[in-house]
This record gives sequence, structure tokens and C-alpha cells, in this order.
Amino acid sequence: MRFGPTEEQEALRREVRRFLDERSPVTEVRRLMETPEGYEPGVWKTLAQELGLPGVAIPEAYGGQGLGFAELGIVLEEMGRALYCGPYFGSVALAANAILNAGTEAQKAALLPALASGDAIATLAVAEPNGRWDTAGIAAEARAGAGGATLHGEKSFVLDGLRADFFVVAARGPAGVGLYHVRGDADGVVRRPLQTIDPTRKLARLELHGARAESLGDANGAAALSTTLDQAAAMLSNEMAGGAQKLLEMTVEYAKTRMQFGRPIGSFQAIKHKCADLLMAQELARSSAYYAAACADEAREELPAIASLAKAQVADAYLRIAAESIQIHGGLGFTWEQDVHLYFKRAKASEVLLGEPSYHRELVAQRWGI
Amino acid sequence: MDAEQVRRDVRAWLEANWNPELSLVEWRAKLADSGWGCPTWPVAWHGRGLPAALGDVVAEEFERIGAVSTPGGGGMSLAAPTILEHGSDELKSRLLRPIITGEATWCQLFSEPGSGSDLAGLTTRAELDPVTDEYVVNGQKLWSTSAHHARFGMLLARTNWDVPKHRGITYFALEMQQPGVVVKPLRQMNGYASFNEVFLNDARVPAANAIGEVGNGWTVALATLAHERRSFDALRAARAPKGHGRALDEQRRETAEIMAPYVWYPQRAGRADLVVERAKATGRNADPVVRQEIVKLLSLARASEWTARRAKAARVLGRPPGPEGSLGKLYASEVARACARVHTLISGTDSLLAGADGPLEGIIAEILLSVPAVSIAGGTDEIQRNIVSERVLGLPKDPTLDADRPFRDVPRNRL
Repeated sequence: MRFGPTEEQEALRREVRRFLDERSPVTEVRRLMETPEGYEPGVWKTLAQELGLPGVAIPEAYGGQGLGFAELGIVLEEMGRALYCGPYFGSVALAANAILNAGTEAQKAALLPALASGDAIATLAVAEPNGRWDTAGIAAEARAGAGGATLHGEKSFVLDGLRADFFVVAARGPAGVGLYHVRGDADGVVRRPLQTIDPTRKLARLELHGARAESLGDANGAAALSTTLDQAAAMLSNEMAGGAQKLLEMTVEYAKTRMQFGRPIGSFQAIKHKCADLLMAQELARSSAYYAAACADEAREELPAIASLAKAQVADAYLRIAAESIQIHGGLGFTWEQDVHLYFKRAKASEVLLGEPSYHRELVAQRWGI
Repeated sequence: MDAEQVRRDVRAWLEANWNPELSLVEWRAKLADSGWGCPTWPVAWHGRGLPAALGDVVAEEFERIGAVSTPGGGGMSLAAPTILEHGSDELKSRLLRPIITGEATWCQLFSEPGSGSDLAGLTTRAELDPVTDEYVVNGQKLWSTSAHHARFGMLLARTNWDVPKHRGITYFALEMQQPGVVVKPLRQMNGYASFNEVFLNDARVPAANAIGEVGNGWTVALATLAHERRSFDALRAARAPKGHGRALDEQRRETAEIMAPYVWYPQRAGRADLVVERAKATGRNADPVVRQEIVKLLSLARASEWTARRAKAARVLGRPPGPEGSLGKLYASEVARACARVHTLISGTDSLLAGADGPLEGIIAEILLSVPAVSIAGGTDEIQRNIVSERVLGLPKDPTLDADRPFRDVPRNRL
């Protein structure tokens, strides 16, 4: 198992950071979060066409760069750091991987190149209004009919569900839970935006009233779904670690410059010890996130437990760093004008997306045979 | 000099010289003469001037052949590197060889009842007797491992009270076997007595035994403390090779003596390794709260291992050290405390039972009563957080009240 980034990986990180510093500064984040679409198509186009980021982990045979989860994790870590607003996580970390895990050769060849090039945007719809992320919680039905399956039910917490050109939907068919491809413009697809606490990531609710669907691979896709969710947990951990890192840096910088009682507040042990504790939490979070990404590439048998471990641990760390950052910023930290709340909201939303920490810790216990 | 050349040379020398029927001292005299016992030391002082990586090659060959090496303990790991760095040639020629042969063992005389985290605030005094050119030492030291059988102590004493605290300290090599030195075992809250307290009543040390300049002892002490951070490696190195023969048998006895104070150290670290088997054995693994706490603990333990691996990988690649390298001690404290909580959660009321009545024949009780040491020994967590926040995060120092005034005027404990 690799524990340090390669030169190429560091170069990728620098390139993505430079791009996001330039094209996705916090002023842009603040502008886009107030719009219903929540992203800037021009920036998406550039990051797709010039940097090839949507295809970073898609095999070359399907138009991608053929790198791995470690690289996808680096891109997401940088996006988390910048609070990048765009359909990257849903289209790349969720939908593209779901297709790679479940699809037939022909389906991969048909669907992935447009995702890799950024020309199409997709997303994955798993959870329902019940908020569960396990297969047993899936009630949406896939019914066999003349000319293919039709889907019936309701999906929620769908990332960038308003914008998606197509969906990968988890639904229950006669052979068990499977993954289905549904066109965004199919009859019987009704979507509406959800009001959420995190305006930097747009979510939608999706109603399926007999929408036409095509099963991805085998109609029993439970294993592929489970792998997709493990990979997604590992990747969301990397995104969260990036946000937490940036927030910690901002907060330490603030503690060095904010003067009270004639000295920087960072010289008081009440503050500096808190900062040291946050650094400890953040370094553990980074280690777990990186290790989970490495498992997704190199140790697939370890991935289910480690992905859940990382999801729980990094989510806890991010939220703690966010809450303490507000505290260290004092009254100013509670204002709209300071950027800390943007991270706090992303941390809180990410904590529960894909399953909240205690759910994942229970999965770790089961997967470790405790 | 490449690794294969070194390997051939040490192998040839060991094949010609290693004889388990020699006495331990006879064998180690050969190590001191040949330079193979301390290959990274200078050629002039019992070494071969090899870089650390080639020193590892030599160690591998000793292990492969099963030959006895230099002794474990504070002499080799703390005193010798300090003397090499700061001692006069006269001290080097007098003190180093008996460390290598194991004839002279050493203990640390640093901490005092009135000076724990603030080591530089120590008040043991050393006053020069111009008639004999000896210093007369008075004070009390504690937490001295092996002081009861040590031949020398690494002594920090104040020789000047009219300058700020860091500038009035001198570092001495103190002969322990003298009437002015009284060693008593120091009993800990977990019942063991692994360390000693040392009473110095008109103990005498020749002026020539000062290591480094008079008044410059703080700098010398920092060198020792830097080596102390690596002392766990030294403990590991103290494992005896297998096989029989006079030298090997003698070394086994020596190792047992050196290791005796540390029998409870695994319990001090919390024994995360016992948690899952205990939960299953007691059936507590069915409780969702217990399951959550176990996973929290093991996640913390695993992630701190991964963090150490990241630090090591960066070191191997020659990258500048990141924050991940400075946090190990704080993680160890956090893991240990979490272990104590989870063991209690699993054992329930049985947690109060000890010895033969206690869970795992008293091991759980020993864990619960040993864990409080982790966040204190070798630098408290609070001092560690100061270091991390100042050196890693670059936060400003807390203003100090004692660093710039004569130590005589600094308020201190009344004991």
C-alpha cells in the first residue's frame, strides 16, 4: 500500500488547485450558491476539456484518463477545499462508477465517453424520502413491461438531480435491487429542487411515474450498488478532508492575527490547544481518506470496512473543525459575511449524505465481524 | 563504502571473532576495539564512522548470526551520544568504553519534585569546592529508571543562580556509588515501582566530569532529550538473541534487568488488541452502544498508524516533515484513554475487580490504573500541544514570566 503521493499526483493537485483558485474563488461560490442551477457551465467546460477532470478515473477505453481513485480523491479533495460548485461528485464519483461497476460492455461504451468529456452530466439516485442508504430501504419498483422496464417510486437526496441528463436509479425488480438507466427527459420523470442547509450543493427529489428504464447489466445489481456506495464514501471522505484542511488553515491564520487583550488570540492556550486538537483530528481524517482511496485502487477486499470507517471519521472531524472554527472566529464566525459558515454547511450536509456516522460505524462493526 | 562491502566486512569479522563462550565483557571489549559494536560512532571513539543506513546493515548481520551486541538502556541510547556530542576528549576516553562493555550503566537525573514540565526550573544545586576542585551537589531527583544499579547519573544541576534559568545549569557525569547519593524506589499508583527517587546530600562530582561548558548544561540536556525520543528503539534493541553460551546467558540476565521496569507498558498503552475478543467473550458486542465505541476506538488506532506511515513515507522520499510526524505522542494518549473507556464499557462492574478476581487475571485493572501515565510521561499532553501549535501551526508563544530574569528572583515551589 502506498502512503505518500507520487510526483504525478502532486502535479495533478497543483494543477487542480491553480485552476480552482482562479475559476472558483469564494466570490464565485457565493454567487453560484444563490442561483437555482448552482454551477457555471463555462467553468465546467474548461475543467472537462482542458483538464480532463471528469474522466480522471474512467478507463482510457471509454474516453477517460485511466487513472485511479487516488487521483479522483485528489481532485475531490481540491474541490472540497474550494467548495467548488458543480455537478462533479454526482456525475463522476457516483454515476460513472455505478456504470463501471454494473454496466455491460456495450452500456459502458455508450454512456461513459460523454461523462468523461463532460458533455453529459448524470447522477445516481439511491435514497428515498425515508433517508436510508442501505438496499433494504429501497422501495422504488422496476416493473417489467413490453419494450423494457418501467420505474415507479420516489427518490430523494439526488445530487444535481435538476441538471442531470440521465440518472442511474436503484430500484427493486423481480430479481432484487438493480441499477437502471433513465433518461432525464423520459416521460414520467418529475423532478423538483430540495431546499437544503448547504446551498453549495444542489439536491433534487425525483418522482418516477412509470418512466422507461434500461437495466444496467444484470437485473440483480445489489453488489454493484454496494461497491459504488463504498467507493463514493471513500471519495466523499477525500472531498470532506479537503474542506476541513482549508477551514483549519483559515482558522489558524485568524487566530494569529485577531488581537484581544493586547495579544493575538492564538497565543492563549485555550485557543492554541484547541487548534492543536483540530490539527490532530484533521491529520487522522486525511490518513483515513487517503487510505480508503488506496483501498479502492489496491485492496478491494478491505474497501467496504475502510470506506465506512473513513466516512464516519472524516465526517466527524470536518464537523468538529467547522464548529470550532466558528467558535474561534467568535461573533464574526456567526455572520453571513465570514466564509466559515459555508464550510460548516457543507460539513453538516456531507456528514449525513451517504449515511450518517453511526450508520457507517455499525457497518464497520459488521464488516469486521465484531 | 557501499552496503554490500559493509555486509561482507562485518560478516567476515563476526565469523572470525564471535564466540558465545566469552564473558559478556570480554566479547564487548572486542566490539569496542573493532568498531563493529557502534559502527555509526567516529573511528576515533570505538566506531567506524558509518552513516545510519549502513549501521542498520551491521545490525542485520549481528541478528542473522545471533551475536550479542552492545547493551540496551540509557548508557548507549542517551549518555553515549550526549558525551560524543558535548564531552571533552578526556571524558570520552574515560566514559565511553565501559558503556559499550556494559560495565558502567547510566541513569537520568533530570526531573525533580518541583520541576516537571518546566525542567529548566530545576533547583538541585552544585557548588564548587575550590580546595578539591569538586562540585558539592544537593537536591532531589525522581523518575530515574535503573538508578538503583547505575554506576553513573546524567545530572542536571544549577551552578549559577544569578542568570536566567536556561543559562545557569551544568550537566555532570555523577558517580552513583557514594555516600551522598541515596536511591529509593518510587511507588506508582498502579502498584509497580519502576522508577526511583534519588536524594543528593553533599554528593561530590569532580569539575572534570562536567559534560560541556559550565552553565551550558541546558544545551547538552536538549541533546539527551532528542535521543530520548528514539529510546523506544533502544528498548527493542535490548531483546536477547536466541541460543546458549556464556555471553548469551549473561546478556539474557542483563536484558531482563533492563526490561523489568517496563512490564506494564503494554497496559499503559491501553491494549486496543484485547477489545474485540473481550467484547465477544462477554457478549457485550451485541450492544449497539458498545459496537459504536469499539469502532470509534479502532478507527482512531488504525488512523494513527496510517498517519505514522504517511510521515515515514515522506521521510523516506526526503520530503520536508509535515504535521503528521509531530502528533504520535498525542495520538498514543488519545488511544490509551479511549481504550480505558471501552474496556470499562465492556467489563461493566467487573472493571473494579483486580488481580486474580479481575477480568483477564487483572490485566484490565492494570490497564485502567496505568493509562493515566501515557499523557504525562516524556512530556505532558499540554506541553505537547504547545509544541505542536507553535512549531507546526506557527501560533505565537504564550508570554513567559521567567525566561529573562535571574533565576534567584523567579517564584518557585516550596517543597
